[in-house]
Order: sequence, then structure tokens, then C-alpha cells
Amino acid sequence: MAAVGALSRIARLGSRICKNRVTLSGNSQRRGIAACIDPSHGLTDEQKEFQKVAFDFAANEMAPHMAEWDQKEIFPVETMRKVAQLGFGGIYVQPDVGGSGLSRLDTSIIFEALSTGCVSTTAYISIHNMCAWMIDSYGNKEQREKFCPDLCSMEKFASYCLTEPGSGSDAASLLTSAQRKGDHYVLNGSKAFISGGGDTDVYVVMCRTGGKGPKGISCLVVEKGTPGLSFGKKEKKVGWNSQPTRAVIFEDCAVPVANRLGEEGQGFNFAMKGLNGGRINIASCSLGAAHASVQLARDHLLVRKQFGETLSNNQFLQFKLAEMATKLVASRLLIREAAQALQEDRPDAVAICSMAKLFATDECFNICNQALQMHGGYGYLKDYAVQQFVRDIRVHQILEGTNEVMRMIISRNLLSES
Amino acid sequence: MSGRVLVGVKRVIDYAVKIRVKPDNTGVVTDGVKHSMNPFCEIAVEEAVKLKEKKLIKEVVAVSCGPQQSQETIRTALAMGADRGIHVDVSGKDYENLGPLQVSKILAALAKQEDAQLILLGKQAIDDDCNQTGQMTAALLDWPQGTFASEVSLEGDKINLVREIDGGLEHIKINTPAVITADLRLNTPRYATLPNIMKAKKKKIVTVKPADLGVDVTSRLEVLKVEEPPQRQAGMKVETVEDLVVKLKEAGRV
Repeated sequence: MAAVGALSRIARLGSRICKNRVTLSGNSQRRGIAACIDPSHGLTDEQKEFQKVAFDFAANEMAPHMAEWDQKEIFPVETMRKVAQLGFGGIYVQPDVGGSGLSRLDTSIIFEALSTGCVSTTAYISIHNMCAWMIDSYGNKEQREKFCPDLCSMEKFASYCLTEPGSGSDAASLLTSAQRKGDHYVLNGSKAFISGGGDTDVYVVMCRTGGKGPKGISCLVVEKGTPGLSFGKKEKKVGWNSQPTRAVIFEDCAVPVANRLGEEGQGFNFAMKGLNGGRINIASCSLGAAHASVQLARDHLLVRKQFGETLSNNQFLQFKLAEMATKLVASRLLIREAAQALQEDRPDAVAICSMAKLFATDECFNICNQALQMHGGYGYLKDYAVQQFVRDIRVHQILEGTNEVMRMIISRNLLSES
Repeated sequence: MSGRVLVGVKRVIDYAVKIRVKPDNTGVVTDGVKHSMNPFCEIAVEEAVKLKEKKLIKEVVAVSCGPQQSQETIRTALAMGADRGIHVDVSGKDYENLGPLQVSKILAALAKQEDAQLILLGKQAIDDDCNQTGQMTAALLDWPQGTFASEVSLEGDKINLVREIDGGLEHIKINTPAVITADLRLNTPRYATLPNIMKAKKKKIVTVKPADLGVDVTSRLEVLKVEEPPQRQAGMKVETVEDLVVKLKEAGRV
């Protein structure tokens, strides 16, 4: 566990920034907990246990490699399989097919903690979880038994395919077609920006089996190696570099009808339901990054001296740090409330999940950005973790529904006649 | 042989927390400070669970002495694979004065009550660094002790142990029942998995008082003062080796 790992590691380097940059990315700094932003407030004993395991794992197994995975664009398969051994491969998937059967709130807590170790990898794990959940919730007995156990153990990895070059926010206008031919569908079209694309084994694909609009969309599970399934080039991204992103291309790709989740025309429904949870998960990842960044900023202010005293004596920076901490806690509360609402299937769940995603991804990005600013020139160097947090969570304001689309959903909830 | 192992786990201030001395110099600040299981105790629990997985022992019982919060530490041990827990309730002033002698009396009493074959402890706690409980427990029970263990293997009713000592590694063979204290390199503790954490909720923790075990926890020691280590003084440069020797003699170091 964390403590032993730290003790075994070579003695802590000194805290002088200029000489020992690497330390600031090290685990020991991140574990110092300031009481007011302690993420374990209000949790049950059991949730605190989950959180502790996730934090320990993040500190020991992910944080030391976060920079390398980013710079070398490594998809950390072995580390993710260790994550799965802890039960994090299918957190809210039912236990009878290998999942952990936990709640949305438990899931949020876990992803928040893992994210402090590496946002990009945790975000991929959350996408993988969503795919496993989709098959678990909407698949029939055969499909659940065929796919879920391997996904929960991460023996196989999953990708979620909804977005296309021509349909992002306007997801219902997707064009990838699936023509019924006997006991197969033949798929033609392409998906864009698919996380894990090309390296993963199981693709949950939204495609058009019927007419235009949402009601013509169905959900098919496509396995890697199916003839007609190919991938585009690996995209070069600003962040999220520990997961490959590629276009997924279907050219007369035959997929058994037995791989369809639910009925024809239900796909869009599943997608929207999946996004509610996905939004909480992505927001939780932003939260973890912001939490780590606040701690990095705080530690830096206590050490860095200018004008004869530590930066922590500067009132502007004190106030800025206070604002960052306040927005962090506010984001956390909103996300956890949204998780509860989703778990309880409350009527306002969709709107609250959108609010949580909107607020938390925006605020947490600002927090990380501000933390970078507080590091001065050092914050811009890749030796320091804070720039990676900024780069990694920037995209959270865009995917899983842009923050603009979140506003659409919320205003619709407010303005529609009930 | 009962096949039962007692593992002592201590709740201590988390290793990453910056320790602050209380303004009245009576101790360190513990209120609101993050606590966790002593790292060497984690290693002891891991070793016990490993022995159970190898089917060399039958039951792992986690024991902790302290206030209500010690139960959290026992729960962590249960989540790692211990079968049940015993919480010896010691709070308030008694807890502040609780030291290795009282804990070893408690462990000795429990070992007899539970008919334990083996007691596994961490070599020392990271708060007081006493490194005494294992040794005292063995003495009270008149059991052999294998301290600073970096390798443990059971062979029939004997234990082969490798100890980390100043001179290197010492190989010994001791009889059971025995007390073993774990050193850093004995193993790498596992992460508790989600399913195990949930299973741990159903495992039992029994609370007892030291008096129930016939143990008197009054301390024979009195803490007079706790203060921060002295600030590091600047060094001194010398020109020649002769000067160095003169200065060392003056300082009484040679």
C-alpha cells in the first residue's frame, strides 16, 4: 500500500524546487490533506475504504508514471488490469457477470481518487466502465455472459462509438448505416475521435438501422478482427495521451444480429442514458485533477520565496487559493448530488448531471490553470505535473456533450412546459 | 495446533502528514489529522493472509488497542483478508499513556484466550518507533521470537526465519507457538479489492476491555515534555585535517 511504497523508495529529496523538480510530481506531496478540501467528508466508512484504496493505487501505481505515459503515449494495459483486479473494471456492473455492483456515487468517488494519479488513464477506465455497463444493462443473457466478465476483468478493453466526422453535438444525425441482411447487419460508415480505438477489443457502436433521427438508431457490439473493421491514424492530441484516439471505419462490416443490444431503434435511448453516467464520471475526473492541483499549488506557495518571504504570505495568492478551494468543494458537492440523483432515478437527474458536468469541468479547469499560474515559469515545464492536469482536463469541457450542449439541456428543463 | 494467527494492527498518524507539536508540549496534534494503519502492521497482515492462502494456517484475527476509531484500522485488515477482529477498547488518558508494555500484556492475554499459534506484528510503529511490543509479548508468553523478519516459512511445527540484522541476514529456526515481527522487505501489502471491502462489512469485530483480560493499563512511564528537534546548525569549514581533529576533540566527538 501507499505507505510501504513510499518508505521503500529512495529517501525523499529535499524540497528546494530548483534542484529537485521531480519531487513535486511525487506521491508524498499529494497525500498531505488540508482539512477543508478533504474529499472523504460526508462519506460512509465503506466509501472511505474504497476511496483510500483508489488514492493509494493512484499514488503508487499511476502518479509515478503519469508523465511517461503522456510523453511516450503509452496505453498502460498492465496497470489497468491491476485496476480491474481491484474491482474497478466494472464498478457499476452487476456482480453476477463480474462487476462490483456499486452505486454511481461510489463510482464518482473512485474516479475522483484515481484521477489524481493520471487523468487520461482514469478517463479511459471510465469510458470502459460505461461500455461494460451498457452491455450489462441492455444486453440479453447471452450478450452479458459473453462480454461482461472479460470487460470487468479488463481481459478485453472496450470503446464507445457514437461521434462521427459529421455528427458531434448533433449525435442523432449520425450516418453510419447498418443494413439488415439475414442474420447479419452490414455496417458502412466511420466514427471519429474514438478513445482506445484500434487498441481495444470490443466496440459499442451506435448506427442507423431505420429512418432519420433518433428513433432509427440501434446499438451493435462489434468485435475487433471482424472483417471490414479498420482504424484511422492515431491522432496527436494536446492531452489524454495515455489513450490512443483513432477513427473507426466500417466497410461492408458484417456484424451478427445477435450482437444488437435491445431492439432496433432503442440505441439512442441507451446512448443518452449512458451519457448521464458518463458526464458524472468525466466531471469526477476533472475533480481529481483539480484536487491534486490545489495541493500542488498549496505546497508550492509554502516553499517558493520571492521578495524575502514565501509566496504563501502574499494576500492575493492566499485569496486566489481560497477561491480555488471553494470552487473545488462546490464542484464536488454538485457532482455527488448528481450521482445520487442518477442512482435514485430522480426526474431531475438528466438536468442535474448536465449541471454537474458543466460546472465542474469549467471550474476545475480554471482551478488547474490557476495552479499552473501560481507555479510561475516552472508551471510551464513538463517536469511539473500541474501542466499535464491542465492539458488533460481541457477536453472534459468538450466531450461527453460540450458544455454548450449542457446549457441546452438545462435550459430546456427550465423552460419546457411540464 | 489451532492454526490461528493473531495480527496486531496499530492506528497511527498517516506517514505523509506533517507532524506538529502541541503548543503545551505535552504531545503531538492528533485531532482532525489523517490516521491510517501502521505500515509495518500492513506488512504483518499481508504475511498472515498469505499464510492462510497457502493453507498453512486456518484463521487470521486482527487485534487493535485504542479508541473507537481503531475499528477502522481493523476493518482495513479485514478488507485485506483477515477473518475477524478484536477491538480492545482503550480511550482517553489511558490511550494517551498506552505503550508497548501494556499492549504486550493485552496481546499475551489474548493469545492465551484465543489459543493462538502465531502472533504477527510490525517491527515498530512509525509514531513512537519503540520496537518493543513484539519482544515483550514473547517474553511474557515465554515464546520464541523472530524479529525483523524478511522471510518466513512454516515447516511442520517449526518456523524458518530470515532476520535483517546489522551484520547482514540471519537464518534461524524457531518452534511454534512464536511471535514474529515484520520488517520492510517481508512482502508488499496488497490493495484491498472492492469485493473484499464489501465482504469485510460482514466480518465480526468484538470489543473487549483490558480489565476483561485481567490487564492493568496504568503506565509506568510519564511523558515530561515533547518538543521539536533542534534546528539544524550551520557547519564550520576547516583548513587542514589537523584542524578537523582538534575541532572534533573540542566537541567531544573523538
